[in-house]
Amino acid sequence: MTTASTIMDSTVLEYPDAVGQRALTPRVGPVDGLRQTFSLAWRTLVQIRHNPVELIDFSIQPVMFLLLFTYVFGGAIGGSPKAYLLFALPGIIVQNSLFTTLNTATGLSTDLEKGFFDRLRSLPIARFAPLSGRILADLAKQTWAVAMLLGVGYILGFRIGTNPLGVLAATALVLVSTLAISWAMVLVSMLAANPEKVQIFGFVVLFPITFTSDAFVSTASMPGWLQAWSKANPVSLISDAVRGLMVSGPVGRPVVESLLYAVAFTVVFAPLAVRAFKRRV
Amino acid sequence: MTYSIVAEGLAKRFGDTVALDGIDLSVRTGTVFGLLGPNGAGKTTAVRILATLLRPDGGHATVCGHDVVEHAHQVRQLTGLTGQYASVDESLTGLENLILIGRLTGRSRAESRARARDLLAVFRLSDAADRAAKTYSGGMRRRLDLAASLVTRPRVLYLDEPTTGLDPRSRNEMWDIVRGLTATGVTVLLTTQYLEEADQLASEIAVIDHGTVIATGTPEELKTRTGALTLAVRPSRPADVPAVTAIVAAITRAEPAVSNTTVTAPVSDERLMPAVVRRLDDEGIGVAELTLRGSSLDEVFLSLTGRRTEDAEGSVAA
Repeated sequence: MTTASTIMDSTVLEYPDAVGQRALTPRVGPVDGLRQTFSLAWRTLVQIRHNPVELIDFSIQPVMFLLLFTYVFGGAIGGSPKAYLLFALPGIIVQNSLFTTLNTATGLSTDLEKGFFDRLRSLPIARFAPLSGRILADLAKQTWAVAMLLGVGYILGFRIGTNPLGVLAATALVLVSTLAISWAMVLVSMLAANPEKVQIFGFVVLFPITFTSDAFVSTASMPGWLQAWSKANPVSLISDAVRGLMVSGPVGRPVVESLLYAVAFTVVFAPLAVRAFKRRV
Repeated sequence: MTYSIVAEGLAKRFGDTVALDGIDLSVRTGTVFGLLGPNGAGKTTAVRILATLLRPDGGHATVCGHDVVEHAHQVRQLTGLTGQYASVDESLTGLENLILIGRLTGRSRAESRARARDLLAVFRLSDAADRAAKTYSGGMRRRLDLAASLVTRPRVLYLDEPTTGLDPRSRNEMWDIVRGLTATGVTVLLTTQYLEEADQLASEIAVIDHGTVIATGTPEELKTRTGALTLAVRPSRPADVPAVTAIVAAITRAEPAVSNTTVTAPVSDERLMPAVVRRLDDEGIGVAELTLRGSSLDEVFLSLTGRRTEDAEGSVAA
C-alpha cells in the first residue's frame, strides 16, 4: 500500500492539466527529427558501456582479421606480410564496413522482436528516427573501426601512399557505400522473423560476396567466370577505390563506379526498405 | 460527462484473420476502463490502434478529441503505452531508459535526468537505477515499463495486460500502482484476461471475443448478469451427479455444467450456499468438494456466450 500512497501524494505523475496545459504540436519539425536521431544513436552507442562484448565485436574483430590476413596469408599471397599489408588493408576496411551493416540489421530486428520499437513508435517522435538513429550509430562505429585499422596497420608497417585528404575521401567513400548497402540490410531485417535469421542471411550472402572480390587477393588466379563476377562485384570496386585513394593506383574509375553502385543500391533498396519498415512496425 | 477515448466500429484484419470486427468503446475521462477477453480476442489490436501503432481498416477513434489516424502525432503527445509489446531497451540501465525518453520528447538533459530520478523513486527503482534493465525481476521490469510510459505525463494510459506472468505479490503491487494513478486524474485503458483484475481496477468493463464487444457494464452489472461466483459441487459417489445437477439447477436457476464429476454453476448471491448444503444433506448425498469461488473469465464467457474460451476448449472433458 505504501506504493499507492506515495504515488497519490506525489506530483511526479500529475498530468499537464494540473501543472499548466502544454500545447500540442501538429508535427515533428526537421530539427527535432535530427535531435531524436542523435538521441537514438546515443542509445545504441551507450550500450557498449554495459556490454563490452560489443566492443570486441567492432574493435577487436577487425584487428584480428588484419593480423591473421597479414601474418598467416600475407607471405603466401603477397610475397611478404609487409607487401601484402599495403594491398589488403584497404580491402579489410571495406570488408569490415560491409560486415558492420549486419549489426544495423540485427539491431533493428532485435528492437522489433523485443517490442522496443513499439515503445518508440508510441512516442511523438519522427517516424524515421529509430531507423536513422541506428544507422548513424553504426556509421560512428565504422569510422572508429577505420581509424583503428589504420592505426594498427601503421604499427604493422602500413604507410599511406597518397595524402591525408585521400584518406578522408576514402573513409567518406566507405561510409557512403555502406550507408547505401545498409538499405538492403534494413530490408532484410524487416523481412526476417528474428535476429538469428538476419545473422544467418548476412553470413550466407555477405561472406561469398566479400571473398569473391579483390579485397584480399588479386583476381588473376581465379577462373575466368569468377574473374568476370569479381570485376563487377561492388566490394572489388570499393576496395580498388580505397586503394587508389590511400595507397596508389587508379582513382577515377573505381570511385565513380562505387558511387554508381551506391546510387543504385539506394534507389532500389531504400524505397523497399522504407515500405517494409512501415508495414512491419 | 467527458470521454477521453471514443471508438466507433473499429475493424482490423490481418490477411484472412479478423482481429477486430467493429468495436465501439467510450472511456470516461479519469476512469479505468477494462477490456476483458481471452488470448486472441482482439484486445491488443484495439490498444495498438488507439496508440497509433496500427491503422484501422474500418471505423474511427479519437483520443481527447484527436483522430488516431488523422492526428496521430497529437494523440502520441497525449498517450502512454505499457504492455506486452511496448518495452524498454534491456541493455540500457533503468535510468538511461527513462532519460532517453525524456530526451526524445524534447526535454533538456538536466530535465530528463531529474524526471527519470523522480519516476524511479516513485516506482521504488532508485536502487536499481544504474543496473541494466535485463537484470531486473519481472515485477521491476513492469514498473520500469510503466515509468517509461509516464515520462511524458500522458493524459491517457494504455496498460496492455500489465500483470500477465507476474507472481501474486508483484501483481498486487501493480494493482496498487494503477489505483494510485487514477487518483492523479489519468485515464486508463486496461486490457486483461483476468476477471478479478478488471473487477479490482476498472469502473467499467467491456468483454470482447473474436473482435467484437459481447458485453459492457460496470463490474457489478456484469457480475449480476453472469454470476460473479461459481458454485462447484463434487459428490463422493459419481452416481449422485444427476441428483446434484438437479439440486444445483433448482437453487441457482442456472444451467449447471458438468465436468468429470464436478457440477458447476454461476451464482450471484453467496447466501445460496446454506440452501445447497441443506438440500444435499436432506437427500443424503455425500460431497467430496463443495466450493463457492470467484468466477474465472472462462466461466463468465460460458454464461455470456454459451461456450468456453478457446484456450479452455481443449481441456474440457465432454
